[in-house]
Amino acid sequence: MEKIKSLADLRKMQDDLRAKISLREKSNEPDKRIQVKVAMATCGIASGAKEVMEAFIEEFTKRNIDAVVTQTGCMGYCYAEPTVEITKPGVEPITFGYVDVKKASKIIDKYILNNELVDGIIPVNYHSIDN
Amino acid sequence: MHIMDILQNSIRAGATEISLEIREDTLLNLLRFNISDNGCGMAPDVLKKVTDPFFTTRTTRKVGLGLSLLRQNAERSNGSLKIDSETGKGTVVEACFEYNHIDRPVLGDIAGTVLLTLTAHPEIQFRYLHNRNGRSFELSTIALKDALCGIPINEPALYPTLLQMVKENLKDIDVN
Ligand SMILES: Nc1ncnc2c1ncn2[C@@H]1O[C@H](COP(=O)(O)OP(=O)(O)OP(=O)(O)O)[C@@H](O)[C@H]1O
Ligand code: FES
Ligand SMILES: [Mg+2]
Repeated sequence: MEKIKSLADLRKMQDDLRAKISLREKSNEPDKRIQVKVAMATCGIASGAKEVMEAFIEEFTKRNIDAVVTQTGCMGYCYAEPTVEITKPGVEPITFGYVDVKKASKIIDKYILNNELVDGIIPVNYHSIDN
Repeated sequence: MHIMDILQNSIRAGATEISLEIREDTLLNLLRFNISDNGCGMAPDVLKKVTDPFFTTRTTRKVGLGLSLLRQNAERSNGSLKIDSETGKGTVVEACFEYNHIDRPVLGDIAGTVLLTLTAHPEIQFRYLHNRNGRSFELSTIALKDALCGIPINEPALYPTLLQMVKENLKDIDVN
């Protein structure tokens, strides 16, 4: 890829970007995006939430998965930070605890791509998994 | 260091505009950053207690750590922390450190911090300015959205490109 140094460069490479995105959007239904929320209270940040958030973005980009990654504040599970809430279209959100970079990739492989569960689910949400 | 954390306070305060300015001056041996928002602000009694570690308006937990840790670290590195806030108007947090002080927290991955905050909250007008020894780099939600002409700024496929862009620019002004 060419080096992007400024917003003007970015503007120029828009068409490439758009092509990449629309390719993916054709294969998925656009309003069915996966949502990933990383808890970012002091406790989450201290236990590596930033790195976890970056790991999710990186993996989604690499594997061309249609997902949005956002931040939330405290989810109230200090003891299990970093925590990540994942909402798949049509399914109740699930919160995973003790997530690190390795586990992020496991969650993508197992839960996001194959609907399998991964250990460390925060129990309150456990009953809401329907498959 | 603390920047991600203090930015999260502004987001939690419901800010729609947040500005982050970082100034490094190695000649004056000074590093300061300033985060201002137009969020809910704090009443005077809250403001007085805000760097007390046992104070928080959180209901989920008994301690709030963000600002008290920042004050501790700033003071330990011969600097200071100043907070101005007004209910309904917003908040300004300004931290100042001695640049070469051994206890100064490192800036860390500031490019990542800025971009994660900016892209995770496309609805917030975020402005970032980084000045080091007189040279500066600037990025804002508005300018970015403008350059992207409709591509969502939280598009994951865009992130590596943005990160590389910010890193290159910071390298040019010798940050990190
Ligand atoms: N920008 C802001 N606008 C309005 N209120 C704020 C702002 N920053 C902090 N506060 C208030 O000050 C309190 C203390 O903030 P601090 O960051 O120290 O701890 P916390 O955010 O409560 O918890 P933690 O940062 O550990 O997750 C907050 O609970 C909030 O009420
Ligand atoms: S403060 Fe730790 S999860 Fe809320
Ligand atoms: Mg805080």
